[in-house]
Amino acid sequence: MTDTPTADIAPEAPHKRKGVKRRAFLIGGVAIVGAGLFGISIADSNAAKDAKARITGEGEHSFATWLKIGEDDIITIYSPHTDIGQGSNTGLAQMLAEELDAMWDQVRIVSAPAEPAFANVGLGRAFLADMTGKPAIINGIPESFLSFIARQMNLQMTGGSTALRFTGQVTFQKVGAATRLALIETAAKRLNVPVGELTTQDSRVIHAKSSRSLRYGELAAEAATLSLDNEPKLKDPSQYRLMRQSIQRLDIPAKVDGSAQYGIDFAIPNMRVATIQAAPVRGGKLTSVDTAPALAIKGVEKVIKLDDAVAVVAKGYWPAISGLRALAPNFTDGGHADVSTASILAAHDALFAKGEADGEAGEGDVQAGLGAKPIEAKYQVPFLHHAMMEPFALTAHFKDGKLDIWGGMQDPLATKMLAVDVSGLDADNVTFHPMIIGGSFGRRLPMYMEIVGQVTKLAMQLPYPVKLIWSREEEVAQGAYRPQSSAVLTAALTDKKRIAAYRNDYAQPESAESETVFPYTLPAVSRRHFAHVSNQQTGAWRSVNSTQQGFYNESFMDELAHAAGEDPVIFRRNHLKADSRHLRVLDEVAARSGWNTPLPAGRGRGVALVESFKTIVAMVVEASVGADGMPKVHKVTTVVDAGSIVNPDAAMAQIEGGTIMGLSSAIGEAITLEKGAVQQSNLSDYLLLNMAQTPLVQDIHFLNSGAPMGGIGEPGVPPAAPALANALFAATGKRVRNLPIMTQAKG
Amino acid sequence: MAIQTSINGKAVALSAEPDTPLLWVIREELGLTGTKFGCGVAACGACTVHVDGEPTRSCSLPVSEVAGKSITTIEGLKSADGTLHAVQQAWIAAQVPQCGYCQSGQIMAAVALIEKTGRPSDAQIDEAMTNLCRCGTYPRIRKAIRAATGQAAQAVEGAV
Repeated sequence: MTDTPTADIAPEAPHKRKGVKRRAFLIGGVAIVGAGLFGISIADSNAAKDAKARITGEGEHSFATWLKIGEDDIITIYSPHTDIGQGSNTGLAQMLAEELDAMWDQVRIVSAPAEPAFANVGLGRAFLADMTGKPAIINGIPESFLSFIARQMNLQMTGGSTALRFTGQVTFQKVGAATRLALIETAAKRLNVPVGELTTQDSRVIHAKSSRSLRYGELAAEAATLSLDNEPKLKDPSQYRLMRQSIQRLDIPAKVDGSAQYGIDFAIPNMRVATIQAAPVRGGKLTSVDTAPALAIKGVEKVIKLDDAVAVVAKGYWPAISGLRALAPNFTDGGHADVSTASILAAHDALFAKGEADGEAGEGDVQAGLGAKPIEAKYQVPFLHHAMMEPFALTAHFKDGKLDIWGGMQDPLATKMLAVDVSGLDADNVTFHPMIIGGSFGRRLPMYMEIVGQVTKLAMQLPYPVKLIWSREEEVAQGAYRPQSSAVLTAALTDKKRIAAYRNDYAQPESAESETVFPYTLPAVSRRHFAHVSNQQTGAWRSVNSTQQGFYNESFMDELAHAAGEDPVIFRRNHLKADSRHLRVLDEVAARSGWNTPLPAGRGRGVALVESFKTIVAMVVEASVGADGMPKVHKVTTVVDAGSIVNPDAAMAQIEGGTIMGLSSAIGEAITLEKGAVQQSNLSDYLLLNMAQTPLVQDIHFLNSGAPMGGIGEPGVPPAAPALANALFAATGKRVRNLPIMTQAKG
Repeated sequence: MAIQTSINGKAVALSAEPDTPLLWVIREELGLTGTKFGCGVAACGACTVHVDGEPTRSCSLPVSEVAGKSITTIEGLKSADGTLHAVQQAWIAAQVPQCGYCQSGQIMAAVALIEKTGRPSDAQIDEAMTNLCRCGTYPRIRKAIRAATGQAAQAVEGAV
């Protein structure tokens, strides 16, 4: 195992690699695993048997782990992704059902069990190919080994806009196509006709010549005994009946009548409710707490002290939170009392001044190109909170040596394995039951899901089931924030209004190098990372590093355009390759937004072009500043090239929502620190965009260039902030270099 | 002493402590989990229900204050034969929800707005629909409200 080209497998369990960010995690750990196409290879037959046993009942037949066909024709797809509302499960079902030629009304998609047999081994191979462009590396690794490693890594993650482009394309379409071939082969035998005379439609194999057909349900038992073709031919898009259609999302009906059961809604008899407060200064420990004031409250049953937190267990949430508020726990500050927003800014400045980068990438002689009098601008962005609408909530029950946990997390399998670790139980005695998730945006990833450890510790010492709910206050104060980051951008222009050299120095905990794309072709570019880590936990916030990097680069490109006396669209065009996808997207947004048309007085237009997760998005924002000083966004025009789109309406919703999240963060969101602790307390002072602030007009267009499929959940976010900032400059002449635009003074 | 009230047309006697917010009584005592906990301070609106027809943030209303009043939750919007309310149908047609967690509250706020105004203008929508949605479904919420009240789907800037 150690002599493979991929020996840098991190030795610890995923949750222990604190500080390892999502991308690094994937590169250093999961991305190297590659995958057997269907997750189950010959050498991994125990996993195959296990998967089958877990999902098939009487009259049900399993195909390639992820698919089950019932003799009643019901087709059930097991998704290794968590649909957090982005519509990915509907999209995955469309992809598999398309290639299977399934009757849509008979298709169901459910969460795969959080078990190693359902590790998403397809994701690893795709990620490696995506990141390195060298699929040959993984092709050289035996599939049995890859499957084994994927299970070792407990990979069942949703993130990085990967569901459709990786799991969908790499695994689910092929599972559908291969299963269809097995059904045809079975039908050919049964009807005694050549395979070539058979077609499929609406879950039937049809022999037109003899006007006979067989239902998938009556072929399934025998077809399931055949070995599947690992590289089946996929349909030509011209034959699509389900893909590229705006099919209504399968999860929506239950979300309009209140019947959808989220993690926080779970209940079982005898269950208690707990809530918790961890050390307000991250890194601090609980030293003492007088439990009496909580226990005096009716309904409170127990106060439980953890190493760095105190929890109150009660008959319901209200007595639990009332009990917690009655306590005055003493925590240490972990030596972080001097950490503040200002101290982090000062540390960034000191790093820039010292000039010793922790990482550098780029090309050309930047130092020479910058010359003696470069143009320079400094930008700052704050910590951002995910603020998913459903606060963390998990229920756990330890009984007869077995631990069950219910709730919604972005990686169900890693959740289970963390509970295994914390409880000390054998993996066979721990079950995680995935439920619907009320938003995540990166917050419920396995690298920082401390609630799993907390609820496990509570359940292990309680004789009844316990539901742990984080208050919104806890949720705001104990985030896994998008890091506070600063950047100094420097460039020089030639006398022909071209960039001679461009430098992007940025300070934050982790390098952004592996995931951000700079679309412009310049003679000399340098990207330098200056590492600074505070006491705060930082993590993946929707679109990750592309939010701040998109803001830095696209704001600075705008500044350079103005310095050159050039129109911002033309200036960008002049630095893009002719015939490139980027150029086409930019031209399209200029045309559709009426870039050169007059605007009412006081309004300005700003443009931004950002590629993230292999999808290129150009955005034009029309904005003004209201009488109250608040920026007002009137219209957003967006052009997206994601290669191809599985469900146009669901993709549209992601771009709409991503844009709003990007505008929201630019206008009002900030987590600030004082004395090592977060200053914001709730959604009353961590300000999300509301209906009235949302632009009335969002004009969104997809250019389906046919390039490899890009992500869709995240790429709508990054261009919004720079496009707005550039629009405000056009409207007012004032450059926005610090976010959020409305500084939330507090205290 | 039990608190007498009516939930979704049914008379109930509630045993919760009088200071308990209505939200937790609805969720934990009555088991109606369609009404959501979002912030606990009436900032987000995920807990919106109707109290005597008024959209109300139930996380911040002590249950003692609803004695003798009539409460409607998301579960009570359907008609007796199970047909969805027109607003719920408009929500499906416009494919509004993403994560869906805030949508019960959004729908309750929208139903109240429509009952009050008949055909809300964009300005009235802005004023009444203050519930937060992190997924950014606001454009579709507006579209669904407009569709449910017989207005063109696309809002027009400048129109009131």
